[in-house]
Amino acid sequence: MFRGAVHLCAGRGHLGRRLSTLRGGSALGWAGKVSEIKKTLQSVLPGGAWNSLYDTSHLPPEQSDVVIVGGGVLGLSVAYWLKRLEKQRGAIRVLVVEQDHTYSQASTGLSVGGIRQQFSLPENIQLSLFSVNFLRNINDYLAVVDDPPLDLQFNPSGYLLLASEEGAAILESNVKVQRQEGAKVCLMSPEQLRNKFPWINTEGVALASYGLEGEGWFDPWCLLQGLRRKVQAMGVHFCHGEVTRFVSSSNRMETTSGEEITLKRIHEVHVKMDHSVEYQPVECAIVINAAGAWSGRVAELAGIGKGPPGTLQGTKLPVEPRKRYVYVWHCPQGPGLESPLVADTSGVYFRRDGLGNNYLGGCSPTEEEEPDPENLEVDHDFFQNKVWPRLAWRIPAFESLKVRSAWAGYYDYNTFDQNGVVGPHPLVANMYFATGFSGHGLQQAPAVGRAVAEMVLEGRFQTINLNAFLFSRFFLGEKVQEHNIF
Amino acid sequence: MAAPRASLNLVAPVWNGVTKSIRDLSSSVAPKGSQKKGKRLLQFLADRFYDVEALREYLLQKQVSKVHQENRSFTYIKERYGPYVAGAYFVLKQGGAVKFQGQEWIQSSGRRPSSLELLSFQAVPVESVDASDCAINYEGLDNLLALKELQSLSLQRCPHVDDWCLSRLYQLADSLQELSLAGCPRVSERGLACLHHLQNLRRLDISDLPAVSNPGLTQILMEEMLPNCEVLGADWAQGLKSRPEKQSQDTASPTPA
Repeated sequence: MFRGAVHLCAGRGHLGRRLSTLRGGSALGWAGKVSEIKKTLQSVLPGGAWNSLYDTSHLPPEQSDVVIVGGGVLGLSVAYWLKRLEKQRGAIRVLVVEQDHTYSQASTGLSVGGIRQQFSLPENIQLSLFSVNFLRNINDYLAVVDDPPLDLQFNPSGYLLLASEEGAAILESNVKVQRQEGAKVCLMSPEQLRNKFPWINTEGVALASYGLEGEGWFDPWCLLQGLRRKVQAMGVHFCHGEVTRFVSSSNRMETTSGEEITLKRIHEVHVKMDHSVEYQPVECAIVINAAGAWSGRVAELAGIGKGPPGTLQGTKLPVEPRKRYVYVWHCPQGPGLESPLVADTSGVYFRRDGLGNNYLGGCSPTEEEEPDPENLEVDHDFFQNKVWPRLAWRIPAFESLKVRSAWAGYYDYNTFDQNGVVGPHPLVANMYFATGFSGHGLQQAPAVGRAVAEMVLEGRFQTINLNAFLFSRFFLGEKVQEHNIF
Repeated sequence: MAAPRASLNLVAPVWNGVTKSIRDLSSSVAPKGSQKKGKRLLQFLADRFYDVEALREYLLQKQVSKVHQENRSFTYIKERYGPYVAGAYFVLKQGGAVKFQGQEWIQSSGRRPSSLELLSFQAVPVESVDASDCAINYEGLDNLLALKELQSLSLQRCPHVDDWCLSRLYQLADSLQELSLAGCPRVSERGLACLHHLQNLRRLDISDLPAVSNPGLTQILMEEMLPNCEVLGADWAQGLKSRPEKQSQDTASPTPA
């Protein structure tokens, strides 16, 4: 009976309760040992004292090698590349923590979905080029057996950036850099613009750059779902919860120049469940901050920025949420099927949406007009006063249009230089950033995910050198300004 | 895609506490017919055994790499004999037909293309290419885009020609006069929108494109976009399916908007 019970216990697979824990009781006699074993068996078999109090299947695992805070396109991209570049199958356990499983406020789903190579920094151009290759071959990268292939609904119509007299020189030098990196961009004079796109009013336009290949817009939701599906097939754990605390340990170290600094290491991430006070401490080796508009808050939890201002400890992560509006309107006489995503000199942009003469677009507000990012309410007066006049001036057909709907979304705006933050933090040794892309995160997500995965696995960037995007530039004051943000 | 394969979820996988998002793509269709039973069995096994899953992934990868292998660039031939011979060799290898300027059509006719007959045409530009039913894709188009005097290109029923491929065709804008995309399952109106670069196009066939959401409206917009071009394709009546073999001969002369 005793042996049968042991087999039964082993067969049930109750882990973590081994009879070898009784080794300490060898001082007892034979009878004592038997009674100990009987007691353990009774507690393990059903009906005994050792019942788990409640179902914990909704909680994240207790341990995970990498915890990615944020389940948007950047977080999922990092998870994908970590699993793809790991040396052995199943070597790295990854957990993605996302606070809103409906993605109602996530920047990914609310994005206009454009992708372009027309940047001024070579790193940005390379990131976009790789991302366009990724999107083109998305069914090779994200194929899951027996699932239908992904249809990104990519419109390869290109971007058209217009420049006035002052901006023409910068535009020309930008196009030179872009062509050097391999982007297919061409310059157009106002005359050529009028021939090609007769619906543009070229007054005030000195030069324009037009992307011929690899630029356009696509469905960001499809990319997100495709990544989610593939990443789950690769074995990444998902958890819906909010990160409320980091438990870390500090070490006082001395730099080579004799200065004393405090290095921190995060040991545990406390993940709080939705609508409850229940939380799970997840032991982790590496934390990746891909929380988008909320990255600043997550960084503060890790103690980044708590220190006297002007020092490395006191340098905060300068990423904050900024609200941007997108309006959808209908214009029966508007630009035809060939129209690219047009970005005007005044900052107004628009693109076609579908076959039915619907357009969507918006404008980045100036610093004074910045709306309050408390909620995602849309300000329709902004369209009336700021967007429409400039739109109608540039495209006369838009004088008569009818706004159908509008929505708002967040930019994870980097107030320092509007470019992404990638790589580890110098003091919190195991927190890596993948955030702050200020409106062009979606289009660079596949490439940035790969860069962060390389940094985590190899310790340095291997394919695209993003050393210019490290955190340390905030302390050193070296801005990598991108001139083509809108 | 003509008809996306439904994804079958026989056993709800353990999602580790994930609740499906409200906008999740869910397409589980109850399978009918015995030809689905084999697929169901395979999927059942793949859900439970890593080996079966790995084997199926491997077979999928092999299929994909086969297409890539057929579309590699013949850089050696291009350097040695020029772009025209390289392009012609590529087309013939894929199973299409090529016409040099002033010559007759050269068909591939199943056997390996004889390189000797091509070598005599090193300096003769290629005028027309008929790549119907060929497995040409984005990378393979490199070989065709080097043919700068190409006047007529037929990509009928090519399974791998999609919107990305169409976005590359602007490089042939100076010479291309005739283009046929009839029956390509992956071409949609988004790719057709980038044909506006082809200002010399006189004949465009966009009939029987299953991925185009609204063929009648697309035809009108294409005619507006390319005023000098004769656009053949969708019937005005939506319900009728246009026949892929016999293209509609009605010459609807485009009226500029």
